[in-house]
Formats: sequence, structure tokens, C-alpha cells
Amino acid sequence: AFFWLVSLLLSSLIWFIAVKASDPRDEPLQKGLLIFGVMFSVLLQEAFRFLYYKLLRKAIEGLVALSEDGCSPISIQQMAYVAGVGFGLMSGAFSMINLLADALGPGTVGIHGDSQLYFLTSAFMTMVLIFLHTFWGILFFHGCEHRRWWEIVVVVVMHLAVSGSTFCNPLYVGSLVPSYLLMAVAAAWAYILSGGSAQNLRRFLLCKS
Amino acid sequence: MTELSAHLPQFQHGQLTENFPDNHLSNTNDNSERRRHDNSERRRNDNPESETNGQPQNSIQQVVEQDEEDDEELTLKYGAKHVIMLFVPVTLCMVVVVATIKSVSFYTRKDGQLIYTPFTEETETVGQRALNSILNAAIMISVIIVMTILLVVLYKYRCYKVIHGWLIISSLLLLFFFSFIYLGEVFKTYNVAMDYITVALMIWNFGVVGMICIHWKGPLRLQQAYLIMISALMALVFIKYLPEWTAWLILAVISVYDLVAVLCPKGPLRMLVETAQERNETLFPALIYSSTMIWLVNMAEEDPEAQRKASKNSTYDKQAPANQTRNEDAEADDGGFSQEWQQQRDNRIGPIESTPESRAAVQALPSNSQTSEDPEERGVKLGLGDFIFYSVLVGKASATASGDWNTTLACFVAILIGLCLTLLLLAIFKKALPALPISITFGLVFYFATDNLVQPFMDQLAFHQFYI
Repeated sequence: AFFWLVSLLLSSLIWFIAVKASDPRDEPLQKGLLIFGVMFSVLLQEAFRFLYYKLLRKAIEGLVALSEDGCSPISIQQMAYVAGVGFGLMSGAFSMINLLADALGPGTVGIHGDSQLYFLTSAFMTMVLIFLHTFWGILFFHGCEHRRWWEIVVVVVMHLAVSGSTFCNPLYVGSLVPSYLLMAVAAAWAYILSGGSAQNLRRFLLCKS
Repeated sequence: MTELSAHLPQFQHGQLTENFPDNHLSNTNDNSERRRHDNSERRRNDNPESETNGQPQNSIQQVVEQDEEDDEELTLKYGAKHVIMLFVPVTLCMVVVVATIKSVSFYTRKDGQLIYTPFTEETETVGQRALNSILNAAIMISVIIVMTILLVVLYKYRCYKVIHGWLIISSLLLLFFFSFIYLGEVFKTYNVAMDYITVALMIWNFGVVGMICIHWKGPLRLQQAYLIMISALMALVFIKYLPEWTAWLILAVISVYDLVAVLCPKGPLRMLVETAQERNETLFPALIYSSTMIWLVNMAEEDPEAQRKASKNSTYDKQAPANQTRNEDAEADDGGFSQEWQQQRDNRIGPIESTPESRAAVQALPSNSQTSEDPEERGVKLGLGDFIFYSVLVGKASATASGDWNTTLACFVAILIGLCLTLLLLAIFKKALPALPISITFGLVFYFATDNLVQPFMDQLAFHQFYI
């Protein structure tokens, strides 16, 4: 969570500087700057995910060196999951919390002609992002572990795609549907990478031991 | 609200960051235990190679190496547990403060200032405002420094009664007066009608149980809860009565002062901790939050005083011989109740000698304190002042930030990460460390950064419904 926060800080710094250096009245330019800010932020988030991976790697090496039986009490997969959840929760919290606070107060959604589904779609979008961050964490760390750089590239591209799809908002079908499809793909991939299989799933669902 | 000198000491003693005597002891005890566990194992493993060297030398070497390895292993393993043990109360305190700030408008209304911050911030020019806040902060910090030095001097010259009286008065003020005001404001906010008799009963009970829990003995969880509550109350007072720029300046200067006072060889807090360690006493329970405390409560007692002394002795040193001198008992007991108190007690109950036999009898009883004396259960201590200043930072962030919840959340995460780092350093350096600097620095950086940089960004994103 902290690492995500720092990446957000740095990307907002960049955006802020860009905005201050430009003309505030030029609408399309501002929107363009915002889009640039978003893309830059995505790249920065992934960079920080990589830095976090490096940090955790060092920590695991330390734990392994000091433990009695040569393996660390936490596996890298668990750390990947936790890292993903941390990123996701922080990102979700920052996206949603002001919305939720405002939702408690009086008001009408979309009174000025905007979409009336604002809160709903925000909630769904945030949820899908949290899930995606979790899965991306697993995929990313797995890619780093096994030196499969294409996995990392796919994660970054997916993140850019999801963020990019939100540029179609308020045409929600353009953002929500692809995001959920991508989430399903990422979920299946992460599940398989973590050692799951169709057999495991069936056994779990049918409650066999 | 002008009369605050009595409780001022309360928070600044809380500057006593990480009290280390017990932690240190806990580490050494752990080591001796683990040494016994692992020694035999390792020796079996290493024996084939050690044929050539002289056996005693090798074993000493082994012990020394194992000592260091065990040390590090332990610190890593139990470090995570200690971190969690401190995260929960710090989080609770902050949650209480933020919840109160958000709902009860009393604490965000400007109703004047403390006498310690006489200069107002409602000035015409920015320069004048800056000057006033610098002066305010300077006055506040000098008051704190003077009080801390006074406390250390009193402690060094064993004026325990004065210190105890001071602490009791300040906790009385906090527990009764401030909680009465708090309750009143909460009722006003939620429009709950309440009569004076019920309120008197509630406050009386709350206060008396609080006094007993904090200064005497009580269930651990209850004591922790009370310490969290008084920290929150104190933080709320600060948030209400400190003007903006003064508050941020004070936070910054206090972390620098904390760093200096705890780490410099002549720093007052360091002297306090070292004196306490020399005399083998714990510091005052009213100023330190401890994640575990070993008290005997609810034991079937024919001999309450002797039992209490025995249990206290057993917490300090499990391997201590049964016959400790009476002087040591007196000093180990609650930071030194004097001979007078013991005479008083003797008059009341009849002369009770904390004899080796009675101690042995007590230690032979199956007691719940033995289970909680596992090496793993030894806890970490954090000064109440740290709680208070963390909560002040987060509370001010939630009260006055334009980014509102985002800023609050960012400061919260920053403080927790700072606390993590501090505990990591504590595990590495193994001596009392200031808990304020790292967390407050992170908190301040994140507050100003989030409020000014992130908030416009997130605002624009939310407006267009872009997601990053």
C-alpha cells in the first residue's frame, strides 16, 4: 500500500507540474494532460511494483539465511498475493472513499446531465481494479521469479488497457465490459500459475476432500 | 480552557518513546532459553567437525555464534508480532480521533487558544502569521523541555511521591474533566437528552476504574483501552486548541526534539531510561503503553502483597534466586512506593514479610502469569506521547485537509509505515529509540504532498471517471 501511495504521489507531482506549466483554460489540453498523467501513473505503479518485488526478494533471502531449515516462513507466492492486495486496496480506497463520503450526504446523482449510474459504475470499476491488482501482483511476481519478461510486459499492457478503457467513460460499456473480461483472463491465469487446475476446482466445488 | 499545566506533563512524558528495560530483558531471557533448546541440537551437528579443536573453546565459540544468530532470528520472527501488537492500538486511537473529529463539530470549532500559544494566527499578512506560529511553537517546545527536565531531575533524586502526585492529578483531570466534556459534546451532536445524575454516575465509574487500571492493577486489555482513550482525549484537546500552522510546526519540532532527547548522551529522556534501567525498575505505567504486562490478578490470595511482589520479581528475571532483598522489592514495586506506604500497609493488614517461603509458595501455585511469561509474549512499549502526536497529525489532516479522506488515509498509512521502520530499527539496535521522528516526517510529507498534489489529480480523475 505504501509503495502504491508513493507512486501515486510521484505521478501527481508530474501531472501537477505539467498543469501548472500549461494554460488552465485550454480544455482539450487539460484533458490531454490528464490522459498523459494517467498513463504515466500506470507505468510508475508498475515500476514501484517491481521495486517492491526487489525489496521482498532481499527480505526473503535474509529470512532464508537465518532460518533453521533453509526455507522462509513466507513463500514468494504469498508475498505476491499480499503485495497485490495491498496495491489494490490502496488504489480502491483512494478511488472510492471520497465518493462514499459524498454519497452519505444529500444530493441527486447526475442532475446536471451526467450519467445517473455514476456511483454504481464507480463501485464496479473499483472492484474490478482491486481484483485486477491482486491478480497482477501474482502474475508480475511470478514473471520476475522465473525471468519470464513477457509476463511482466503483458501485465503492464493489461494495466494500460484497463486504464485506457476508462477514457470511454461515461460510455460504460466500453470500459466495464473489457475490464471484466480481462479480469476473468487474469484470474484464470493467476489461478493456474498458483498451482490450481480444473481438477482442484471441481474437487473444491463438490466439497470432496 | 486555560488550566492545562497539570496534564501537560502527561503527554510529554509520553515522549518516552520505546522503553527498553523489559524488552532488553526479554531478549536476553529468550536467548538463554533458545540457547538451551538449540545448543544440544547444534552441538550434535557440529561435533564431527570440532574434533580437532579444544572442546571448551569451541563450545564457547558456538554459544557466541548461536547467540548472535538466535538473536537475529528471534528479532525477525517476533518483530513482526510486535509490529502488529502496536499497529492495533495506534490504529484504534487514530480511528477514535478521526471519528470524533468528523462527527462532533466541537473539536473543529475555534474557541480560543491555550495560554501556551498566546499569539493568534488571525493576522493580516502571511509573514505576521508565520512569525506568530513560530513564536507559539517556540514557547510550547520550551515548556515541554522544561517539564521534561524537571521530571528527569525529580526522578533522579528519587522524589517519587512528587512524580506520582503529578501523574495522579493529570490523569484525574483527563479521566474526569475531559471525558465529561467529550461526553457532553457527543450528546449534543446526537441530540441525546441526558440527566446529570446518570452522567455523574457514568463519569464517576469511568474515572475511578480508569485510575485503578492505569495506576494500580487491572486486566491488561482494560488498561490498554484506557490508555488509548486518554491519548485520544489529549489529542482532541490539541487539535481543538492549536491553530493550524502552529500545530504543524510543533509536530515538526517535537520530532526533532524527540530525536535529540532520546539519542544524545545527555538527552533527558535517555537519562531517564538509563536511570530506570540501572535501578531495574519499570517506568511509570501511566505514561507508557505496553503490549503485554504481567500482573497477577484474581489469584486466590491470602497474601496479596507478597504475591504481587513475587510476581513482579518473576517478571523481571525468571532465573532470579528466590531470596531477593527487601530493598529491591520496594524499588521494584510500582516504581517505588516508599517505606511510608509499606508501613501504612503493614498497619492495615499486619506485618507481611515478603519472605522467600511465601514467594516460593506463590510461585509454586499454578498461575496464569506463567503462561503469559512465554518469551514470545514479551511485548514492546510505546510512550503515550507518541500515540498522542500520531493522532494529532491524523486528526488535523482529517479536520483541515481539502482532500479529506484521501489525505487522512495517506497520513495514516505513512504513520504506520514509519512505526514499522522504527520497530525494525529497534530490533536492530536494541536500545530505546525515538518513535516520533520517522513517522511524523512521513506523515507530514504525505499530508502536504497529498493535500496539494494528489488531491487535484484525483479530483480531476474522479470528475472524468478515469481510473489509474
